[in-house]
Amino acid sequence: MQKKMAYSFPDEVLEQVFSFIQSDKDRNAVSLVCKSWDEIERWCRRKVFIGNCYAVSPRMVIRRFPEVRSIKLKGKPHFADFNLVPDGWGGYVLPWIAEMAGAYPWLEEIRLKRMVVTDESLELIAKSFKNFKVLVLFSCEGFSTDGLAAIAASCKNLRELDLRESEVDDLSGHWLAHFPETCTSLVSLNISCLRSDEVSFSALERLVGRCPNLRSLRLNRAVTLDKIANILRRAPQLVDFGTGYYAAELQPDVFSNLAGAFSSCKELKSLSGFWDVVPAYLPALYSICPRLTSLNLSYATIQSPDLIKLVSHCPRLQRLLVLDYVEDSGLEELASSCKDLQELRVFPSDPFGAEPNVSLTEQGLVAVSLGCPKLRSVLYFCRRMSNAALVTIAQNRPNLTRFRLCIIEPKTPDYLTLEPLDVGFGAIVEHCKDLRRLSLSGLLTDHVFEYSGTYGKKLEMLSVAFAGDSDLGLHHVLSGCESLRKLEIRDCPFGDKALLANAAKLETMRSLWMSSCAVSFGACKLLGQKMPKLNVEVIDETEPPDSRPESCPVDKLYIYRSVAGPRFDMPPFVWTMGEAVRILH
Amino acid sequence: MESGCSKKLLDLIPQEKKWGFIENQNGISHGSSEEKKLELKLGPPGEEDELLVSFGYFSSMKSNAKHAHNKFPPPQEDHRGGAVLAASWAKNHHHQPKPPNCSQKRTAPAPVVGWPPIRSFRKNLATTSKLASESPTSLPHKVANERNPAAPETRGKGLFVKINMDGVPIGRKVDLKAYDSYEKLSTAVGELFSGLLAAQRDPSADGPKQEEEKAITGVLDGNGEYTLVYEDNEGDRMLVGDVPWHMFVSTVKRLRVLKSSELSVINLGSSKKGKRVQN
Repeated sequence: MQKKMAYSFPDEVLEQVFSFIQSDKDRNAVSLVCKSWDEIERWCRRKVFIGNCYAVSPRMVIRRFPEVRSIKLKGKPHFADFNLVPDGWGGYVLPWIAEMAGAYPWLEEIRLKRMVVTDESLELIAKSFKNFKVLVLFSCEGFSTDGLAAIAASCKNLRELDLRESEVDDLSGHWLAHFPETCTSLVSLNISCLRSDEVSFSALERLVGRCPNLRSLRLNRAVTLDKIANILRRAPQLVDFGTGYYAAELQPDVFSNLAGAFSSCKELKSLSGFWDVVPAYLPALYSICPRLTSLNLSYATIQSPDLIKLVSHCPRLQRLLVLDYVEDSGLEELASSCKDLQELRVFPSDPFGAEPNVSLTEQGLVAVSLGCPKLRSVLYFCRRMSNAALVTIAQNRPNLTRFRLCIIEPKTPDYLTLEPLDVGFGAIVEHCKDLRRLSLSGLLTDHVFEYSGTYGKKLEMLSVAFAGDSDLGLHHVLSGCESLRKLEIRDCPFGDKALLANAAKLETMRSLWMSSCAVSFGACKLLGQKMPKLNVEVIDETEPPDSRPESCPVDKLYIYRSVAGPRFDMPPFVWTMGEAVRILH
Repeated sequence: MESGCSKKLLDLIPQEKKWGFIENQNGISHGSSEEKKLELKLGPPGEEDELLVSFGYFSSMKSNAKHAHNKFPPPQEDHRGGAVLAASWAKNHHHQPKPPNCSQKRTAPAPVVGWPPIRSFRKNLATTSKLASESPTSLPHKVANERNPAAPETRGKGLFVKINMDGVPIGRKVDLKAYDSYEKLSTAVGELFSGLLAAQRDPSADGPKQEEEKAITGVLDGNGEYTLVYEDNEGDRMLVGDVPWHMFVSTVKRLRVLKSSELSVINLGSSKKGKRVQN
């Protein structure tokens, strides 16, 4: 082999060149050039991203990439966020930690999303990786503050501990005191998900005070407003800060102390937290507003006039998360003040109310689409929409890359014409040529899927609910959307035909979720038998699918490609469709 | 590769069903050429007229797509054509015939699980704000329970409470509104964890479930291997069954199935005795 390569660079040179190539896609391409490049590349790959923890086994990863320092793993499907995936489905990280403990003693970073992490896993991490630096647990669950104490105590060089949106069994706030006095390396600490009323505040203050490189700090609700100033004064270098409760009786000295503390943070660009806001304290932020690029007020139940006042002080805002209390008037103000806006998320304040409680309609979104030329990413909850508005938005903002619209009442038609919203969403996929993520809602026929299949060539993730008329809809998407990686569908009349006819497509995607649709158990079995590289999981909490005729539809179906074969950690209500003879359970 | 692909695809379509794909004069221009080899029928067999109408609509939409000014008519224009066809699509394809013997559970008009698609911690913000505005000086105690994993979660009409069992790492949730007595709860809990314990013991077993399960009984009478306890709204750990059912339901925050042998280690408090020492 070496004779053939006599004219190529020595390995060390190639390694050096490869070290400049960071993206996974490029790395994968490099490894396909020739065998020796593949060999060199796999020894120097330091970062691995595994979008579905069941697509590959830990051993396979370790065998191919022996020197990994950083790993990112995702577990449950996205719809788990909305309680559609039953507890106990899976996504356990322990087997991964156990294998990596032996194979990657120099592992530095673990980033997990929607995985089940036990205290045992955390303790194993703390024990096994001597140079451990980064732990990000995004929407994870299964662990308590005991596990966090182990991490705090053992990881001498810990730089990041980020628990964003995880469910933590909050046994005691004293875990923070387990950070040794010698720990000064923290760069990022996010404990906003913790509920404990007794966060050891003195431990927190001391920790913050001795970490000069701390750039991001997100507190939890237990930290009251009067304590913020003390924390900020210890960390004026912060770039990203999350408050706790931002409510207290208005006292002039507390206010001026707070305002002074904020103004001393010259690098502060991003704010979040703001549970329970007393509007009178918002002006304390005015000194930093001109520098703010990111503002998360999505828990703040403040009304439109206060929001307008605040937002009008933030001309550099790029990212805004807010409740629908902002109303159309607030969004119109946003459109005129914040020309750098790239991302907008508007959440419902009263999601289960039948009647609108605020004056937020499609007009607000239209205004932002018109006024904010850099707008790329939208998540919008509202109660009415029209094709005309969607067409306008599409024509105004062809640079949209993410468009997620949730009209709260399922199957709501265009409120002006009472037609389906096919044409409106069709305009979005047609005009927004770089659209990568789309969530549909409202009254929709198969036509919207036809448009998506025709125009959505860059679409990678599609979320569908209460839409479509027949299998043709699903067929359009599976056959037309060339870049599709994740498809999640609930309550649509899609059945066997489109799925079976596009079986090969499923191997090119990460995963497909279908719940409350019309896919029969027989079709699931057939798919499982014929497609060995797919794991076809049938999920049913009420009764086994084989207790009914094969033609009956399954409750929930999760299909994902895998080179690891079927998994064996399934709970009793999940069945993997396997060989012709038996169903694995 | 293409012929191999389509062969594989056609293999998966049962022999007795046929897709009939009628190509109109423009041909189907989107997607790969594999579709031309596929035969697709839009509706159940016999509805030929519907197909022509639908495809006619499809082809006219395609030709519209080529004329930029005609693409998506501005709001003032008449949508009647599209509306009529859309309505007929909906009418004819909405109700698929249901195969016999299937459970009808999904047709019940229950509150929709997981809709609107927001995370649990965003669900009760409006009510939390009401409480906050009423007493802005009060410190934030356990007022908001939207993110407390231990607090009961009301999804629509249910009252979901987290339940953990010794030896089972992952907890589950039970809907207390589904039961009206301690007996029913006890049976349900027993069934719930029998299955989980069995799966844990031998996860690759593929024999019938019943052989592996050991029934968990006697959680309420102190005689079984396990005992059911709960944590109330004051953080006290109590034996399930001490208070009347409705009082239990209104004060329970989370449940736990303990090994009966561990009970003496943990001091339980009852409402009569007042505060206890928590484990």
